Amino acid sequence: MTAERVLRRGDDSAVLRLSETEAAEIGNDPGASSDDDRVLLNMGPSHPSTHGVLRLMLEMEGETVLRSKPVVGYLHTGMEKQAEQLSYLQGCTNVTRMDYAAPLFSELAFSLTTEKLLGIEVPDRAVWIRMLMCELNRMSSHLLFMATNGMDLGAVGMMIYGWREREEVLRFFEMVTGLRMNHNYIRPGGVAADLPDGWEEEVERILDITEPRLAEYDILMTGQPIWRERLQGVGVLNTDEALALSATGPLLRSTGYAWDLRRAQPYLAYDDVDFDVLVGTYGDCYDRYAIRLNEIRESMRIVRQILEKMPSGDYRIQDKKVTPPPRVRIDQSMEALIHHFKIFTEGYKVPVGEAYCAVESPRGELGVYIVSDGTSTPYRMHVRGPSFINLQTMPHLMKDGLIADGVAIISSVDPIMGEVDR
Amino acid sequence: MSEEENTPADDAETEAAVDPAPDHETRYGLVVSDSVGDIVLHSSAADYLEAMVAAHDDGFDQLIDLTAVDYLAYSAPRGLPDGVAAERFEVVTQLINHESGERVRVRVQVSGGDPVAPSLFDLWPGCEALEREVFDMFGIEFADHPDMSRILMPEDWDGHPLRKDYAVGSIPVQFKAASNIR
Amino acid sequence: MYLPKIGDTTDIANDGLGGLEHNFITGNVENLINWARRRSTWPATFGLACCAIEMMATGAAHYDLARYGMETFRASPRQADLMIVAGRVSQKMAPILRQVYDQMMEPKWVISMGVCASSGGMFNNYAIVQGVDQVVPVDVYAPGCPPGPETLMHAIFTLHEKIENQEILKRREENGGGAGIVIEQRDGQTAGLTIGG
Repeated sequence: MTAERVLRRGDDSAVLRLSETEAAEIGNDPGASSDDDRVLLNMGPSHPSTHGVLRLMLEMEGETVLRSKPVVGYLHTGMEKQAEQLSYLQGCTNVTRMDYAAPLFSELAFSLTTEKLLGIEVPDRAVWIRMLMCELNRMSSHLLFMATNGMDLGAVGMMIYGWREREEVLRFFEMVTGLRMNHNYIRPGGVAADLPDGWEEEVERILDITEPRLAEYDILMTGQPIWRERLQGVGVLNTDEALALSATGPLLRSTGYAWDLRRAQPYLAYDDVDFDVLVGTYGDCYDRYAIRLNEIRESMRIVRQILEKMPSGDYRIQDKKVTPPPRVRIDQSMEALIHHFKIFTEGYKVPVGEAYCAVESPRGELGVYIVSDGTSTPYRMHVRGPSFINLQTMPHLMKDGLIADGVAIISSVDPIMGEVDR
Repeated sequence: MSEEENTPADDAETEAAVDPAPDHETRYGLVVSDSVGDIVLHSSAADYLEAMVAAHDDGFDQLIDLTAVDYLAYSAPRGLPDGVAAERFEVVTQLINHESGERVRVRVQVSGGDPVAPSLFDLWPGCEALEREVFDMFGIEFADHPDMSRILMPEDWDGHPLRKDYAVGSIPVQFKAASNIR
Repeated sequence: MYLPKIGDTTDIANDGLGGLEHNFITGNVENLINWARRRSTWPATFGLACCAIEMMATGAAHYDLARYGMETFRASPRQADLMIVAGRVSQKMAPILRQVYDQMMEPKWVISMGVCASSGGMFNNYAIVQGVDQVVPVDVYAPGCPPGPETLMHAIFTLHEKIENQEILKRREENGGGAGIVIEQRDGQTAGLTIGG
């Protein structure tokens, strides 16, 4: 088990290091390429199997992929530059749109980093609410993966089933945060609003519905011969390569390396709940599928424990400088009005310094690095998007495989382009 | 692992967040400081590659993140230890040692006039895309990088967007109430 | 939605073939074609960002675009009638957006889904095209970040109505490009029916 092949630079590498202009020239002049058997094929960015706007340049010989290059940037939104214009209270609206399948994780990482710089601690109830919302978001993100993975491989019905369960979770999110996606709910200081009455019944209903349906997926996919043929042995990665390529999340765990930030470097209250860290054996696409399917079950297990253990108390820190006052008090107190005004227009000032905080998102380690100069907007905000870094493994996974396997591999890496391009 | 050198203590820096250890602790030849609980190593361009090789050999098996900061418009004190001259750019690397669970941040100063830094590709190939992004956004070139080209912006784009002298590019917006709303 | 009104023939005068029961033989061919076009506008896959997730949710079982003949999202623009630009369009993506639009065959319509596609949204910066109407002519603007499936469906129905009664051509002439109809958000206004509960 060695990482030697990911260190190669030349033509023997899996990565096609060719610029887009050069590739276009080869495309326009067929005589330019000396090797007649090799074809440069462009896949995307507008393609049903590329999971968003990912473009792949594939160097192929027949149906076999030799080298490849993922070309990104088609969804570059300038979010890191935009973050320098937005206050820390508005910052969550920005980062939440990066990983749009699991927005609460980006909000959480941003909030944790801001709180680290502010030196504040959020109340217990806020911590557990955050954990509840994040685990439900993990479930909905993995259900999205199951839906798209199924459809990419031909199980078109899976698209409908995955979305059916996802709707249940999104309905709960709408009940709590007001929005189905891009919630801006987890903010520095706690969460935006308390859980509404009747949330326990809603969550139990979601868990009771999802449990038997996951068993349906096992019947539809896990044991099915076609599914296994298409995924087992496809896109194999070993631990040394994954570590060398900075891969994290299910990609790293599928190689057999049990690294999950929730267990290894717990944040929120993950050391107070019981759950298993799932690892694969072969590092192939089937392992990644199985890990994500079972992570849904582990998340459900965590949510059940949160239902029992949810503490009472404040849902956000009672620090007047950071937390806006309750709306009712604005009519009663001049000070409350001024605080509200200052927090929402100028924003609160964060002390000088720099900090990095990471959480375990459904795709891997999601970290936020903030440099503050003492003003109310970040001087520099950088998001370590797991999809961006995991994409580097793709040429190595696809090498010497068929192009049909390429679709399975893209799907199993599960990139979200908003996080890749930011 | 860390070498304690008996050098005289620095003049105390006054910000609360960045607080260099009073006995000037060093690791891999770089000065250590603490930033709200994070371990930060400060490097000048000359010491950088050697220190990173030492860190890699010492068990930092994964590079978590690599980014840059443009300190051109930074209004607060930089808080760098003595012996590290402040430059316009900093390349910031987050490393992790899975066995010990330790995380370390390395900040290297890169000059604004001719921004070049050594590439870490041979130590941690996962830095390839991250260094391309830093080149794209800041214009910092990485020596000996296998593919030093833009990754997010179009290939023929002019300028480096995350630099502080590059405007956000917002257009003035006038709110117009739409007259034909259904 | 059209329901035939028994004993009342004003619907034929107003809606052409809307009074289908009454008027199949004597309605004119143009009405027939518009009737068909409206009931099978096949969208092209142009999901870019978060709005694409909501667009997929609209095509899924709960909101179900199949009942309007639209569940087949065609990968090839040659086979598509409707381009729903779902998401933010970056500088790198704009030429591709135009290329896909040009490859679609007439008649074609464009729905700009979400605020990023309609106006640049919250991203007023160097990277995002401030409104896809700078690149392609837009017929319906659907606001929201992201617009929920109900809003997207309201946008689609608006477009459908305009296709059927040919008002879309009138609006396009007036506007000198796309029809430019702005709709209002309809999210969260349906009764919360639950599946299985």
